[in-house]
Amino acid sequence: MMEAKYIKKQGAGGITWKAIKKQKELVLLSIPFVAYVLLFCYVPLFGWIMAFQNYKPGLGFLHSKFIGLDKFKFLFVDNPDFLRVIRNTLAMGVINLVLSFTFAIAFALILNEVVHKAPKKFVQTVSYLPHFLSMIIVCGILQDALSVDNGIVNEILVKLHVLKEPINFLTYKSLFWWIVGFTNVWKETGWNSIIYIAAITAINPDLYDSAAIDGAGRFRKMWHITLPGIKPTIFILLLINIGNVLNAGFEIQYLLTNGMVQSVSQTIDIYVLKFGISQCDYSLGTAAGIFKSVVSIILIFLANSAAKAAGEERLF
Amino acid sequence: MSSAESVSLKKRKKFRLSDFLYSLVIGIILAIFVIVTLYPLLNTLAVSFNDALDALRGGIYLWPRKWTFQNYITVLRKESMVTGLYISVLRTVVGTVLQLSVTALIAFVISRKNFVFAKPIAFIYTLTMYVNGGLIPSFLLNKALGFTNSFWVYIIPGLVSAFNMLVIRTYMNGLPDSLEESAMIDGAGYFTVFVKIYVPLCKPVFATIALFIAVGQWNSWFDTMLYNRMASDLTTLQYELMKLLSSVSQLSGDPNKSASAAESAQVTTTSVRAAATILTCLPIVALYPFLQRYFVTGLTIGGVKE
Repeated sequence: MMEAKYIKKQGAGGITWKAIKKQKELVLLSIPFVAYVLLFCYVPLFGWIMAFQNYKPGLGFLHSKFIGLDKFKFLFVDNPDFLRVIRNTLAMGVINLVLSFTFAIAFALILNEVVHKAPKKFVQTVSYLPHFLSMIIVCGILQDALSVDNGIVNEILVKLHVLKEPINFLTYKSLFWWIVGFTNVWKETGWNSIIYIAAITAINPDLYDSAAIDGAGRFRKMWHITLPGIKPTIFILLLINIGNVLNAGFEIQYLLTNGMVQSVSQTIDIYVLKFGISQCDYSLGTAAGIFKSVVSIILIFLANSAAKAAGEERLF
Repeated sequence: MSSAESVSLKKRKKFRLSDFLYSLVIGIILAIFVIVTLYPLLNTLAVSFNDALDALRGGIYLWPRKWTFQNYITVLRKESMVTGLYISVLRTVVGTVLQLSVTALIAFVISRKNFVFAKPIAFIYTLTMYVNGGLIPSFLLNKALGFTNSFWVYIIPGLVSAFNMLVIRTYMNGLPDSLEESAMIDGAGYFTVFVKIYVPLCKPVFATIALFIAVGQWNSWFDTMLYNRMASDLTTLQYELMKLLSSVSQLSGDPNKSASAAESAQVTTTSVRAAATILTCLPIVALYPFLQRYFVTGLTIGGVKE
């Protein structure tokens, strides 16, 4: 999207037959790539037609009956399921956003306070590790940790007398969103902090020296210099992630869900999978998918113009 | 941090209680962080080496009580797991080589400064990061192209990632143009310039991107479930692990999951599941110390800005 400006600037003058002939090799090299991206990324966009049809695989796009906005009406008016799915997606998206930002920033700030190189490196190396494990492994480990029989979380909570007896955490509706949020925190905190740690290294060291002369302790230096120093980074990442709020996830909810918590665990992506693939209602699945895409794009633009209004850095 | 270090060096002469307490608190927080991160993995490792029946009694934390390799033997005797391992290794190797070569080549093409189509091509790739058809249209397309029950569904549909391409392009943009010019004067074509000059110079960024692609390939399971569920000779290790793990979560209300649970109806003990989990994350954990220096550089090359 940020490229759009450049194209206009270049205008028709840049692309002439003479120039193309001169760069025949590059043009030939790029033809397969353009064909590829058109086929795999842009052709599917035509599939959006399905949302306005009663699509039948046997009939194809050409012969399936157009039904206008019926599928959207079904989603938003005729049944309460989808509204609940939107609520779940938004709730988990926001919880994830808040938790992942808070923990990653806090982790970067705390790690920065470690003076010795070796322990710092060790903690950092450990912190990235979960990012590289698949969600299947993470959810498997989580299920063991939360298990009623011998799960470590239950064991600790019972020993501390927080709980009288072990409970099955994954069957509590009120806990599900938070379990998802903290699982993401466990997996991604170290990874998400990399950018903040890089930003901290770019802060001018003189600032710390002058603060020390003014008598600031280590905490006040962190609070008044390091944190403001990474504010632009925080802001731009927040911007990127607001557009992602509806991508609250699919894998983790899919892997952790069970009959007891289905009403709070279903996200838009799971809904699309359930109706679109498992029940072969391609039109309904596509309609739900379109809703998600459109809202995401609107969110990106809103976040971007909000940043513009606030005079902060923007994405594009 | 060098700045924090220099300041603390100046102050070392004077011991201050508040500084000591501050360091102590920081140390405790990070120790808890490390324990919370590592304990579940180490516990799984311990359980995987413990006798299966004995493990059901609980009380295994960081060290097995009754050592055995039986759990690993049980896992490796399952034909589906061995096939899964083979397919996972294959898709990781083939996928990484192909995806990296193709992504690097397109990044090279659009980083040629005087190439007239560089900007439009970059634009249509960048746009895919924001707009895409979504699950159903892509699924139908791949189905129409014959990618169901096929190994190539793991490779072709995700051949070029716009993000990886932009990272490589950013790196290539940082290389001097004179390299290309002088080679061209000597009569080399663009492809030769790419292979002979750019590939050797881009090794650091290639290593990073290859790592990302490889981890992504190794860890993915959704494509298996979507396209190759019925082809038992094409399922991946992660997918087999999912089936194994979900065979115990009997509360599952999902039709897909209960079907796969019924498939592996025989009781899988915690220890066997632990062994399968360890086997599945072994390649990543084993290579991790050697590879970890690459991804940090990679992320800071392309990730911070753009």
